[in-house]
Amino acid sequence: MSTSADAERTVRLTVNGVPREATVPVRRVLADALRDDLGLTGTHVGCAHGVCGSCTVLVDGDPVRSCLVLAVQVDGAAVTTVEGLARDDGRGGQVLHPVQEAFRECHALQCGFCTPGFLVTIAAGLEARDASTEITDEEVEDLVGGNLCRCTGYANIKKAVRHAAATMREGGRP
Amino acid sequence: MKPAPFRYADPGSVAEALEVLAGEEGAKVLAGGQSLLPLLSMRLAAPAVLVDLNRVPGLDAVEVTEDGVRVGALVRHAELLAHAGAARVQPLLTRATANVAHPAIRNRGTTVGSIAHADPSGEMTAVLALTGGSVTVAEPSGERTVGWRDLFVGPLETSLPAAAVVTAAAFPALPPRSGTAFAEVSRRRGDYAVCGAGVVVTLDGDRRVAAARASYVSVGPVPAVHDLTGAVAGSPVEDADWAAAGALARTLVDPDGDLHASADYRRLLVGVLTERTLASAAAEAAAKATAA
Repeated sequence: MSTSADAERTVRLTVNGVPREATVPVRRVLADALRDDLGLTGTHVGCAHGVCGSCTVLVDGDPVRSCLVLAVQVDGAAVTTVEGLARDDGRGGQVLHPVQEAFRECHALQCGFCTPGFLVTIAAGLEARDASTEITDEEVEDLVGGNLCRCTGYANIKKAVRHAAATMREGGRP
Repeated sequence: MKPAPFRYADPGSVAEALEVLAGEEGAKVLAGGQSLLPLLSMRLAAPAVLVDLNRVPGLDAVEVTEDGVRVGALVRHAELLAHAGAARVQPLLTRATANVAHPAIRNRGTTVGSIAHADPSGEMTAVLALTGGSVTVAEPSGERTVGWRDLFVGPLETSLPAAAVVTAAAFPALPPRSGTAFAEVSRRRGDYAVCGAGVVVTLDGDRRVAAARASYVSVGPVPAVHDLTGAVAGSPVEDADWAAAGALARTLVDPDGDLHASADYRRLLVGVLTERTLASAAAEAAAKATAA
């Protein structure tokens, strides 16, 4: 917190559970800081002005467009990127998040460019809802409506949302 | 990096924010940033300094009384949308906010920021007008209240000086025997509205239409409230000619054409959305009258 108008700042974040730090020009958006300063290239930058949703990450648990937030604005926050969705399986490997599993199962991606944004948005949305109720068509459309995909035509993505919701309903992670 | 270089300050109080705004040439307030960041990235705006309000305590409250709802400058759209008390006192808030962009944008963008941004395609500017609302403005000389009519000057332009922070917006409560509705036509769910309409219908004690007012989104350079009462005044609520009110609305608006829709198409949508939303708002008012 400062009234001095700076051109550069040091930002401390917890990214996927790991404390990270980077000194960035203040005009650097979070998406670029994640990719270029922290080397986490799973977050994809599509339109860079908030339309496509491919750069969506979780900031303190909520989906936000990382191209529409300056890195300096989220100093101190916890950020989850697509790299943080899978969990350790306790045997040295990793287990995919049910949404990632469902995308594979339902062929919900083709070129894959938009996929990270869909995955974090849908994962956060499904984790926030009451898993014991069946997901409605309206909820599914709301979950995918903010992200652009130019390959799949969305049918298989919506199928994957229902598939993941069913898995989570049966007590699958988280 | 797409934005042009700027400097950044994140003051810890409104007074400190005003100090920076008054002391720096070309300084601009940043709250949710969901409209400002795209403008920066497209280099349509190139402020010298951004003054981020996000570290200022006390601006994140939704205060509800029987007289209305006061929304602090850092209340996110998503918070207002989920606020049951606000929805009860002024249902237009929730109904309009549900149309603001996508959930990921509503998680970050602020209601007051979208009003201060004064975009003619914003929903909350229209709601501020339709409810007869106002904003609280902090300036180095002190705090004042600015009514919606005195706030909006043109597209993306308000009457406020550079050294000013809009700290809250106040939306008066819905009057008794009244119903509301809000609807939009957009290319995709969550996109900017090609045309949107918010309406309030008020009945008298005999279930006759006493008032019908509308405000539109993406129609005209600044928010306006159109009185449509003349087309339906005194009609029993079940028999009111909402199509006539829609036709009247079409004669009152003067929309522009652009890449997304011609002026004629927008005028057509004004008629259709007006008829539809008035009927829905009237049904709500009638149901309340029956219950009461």
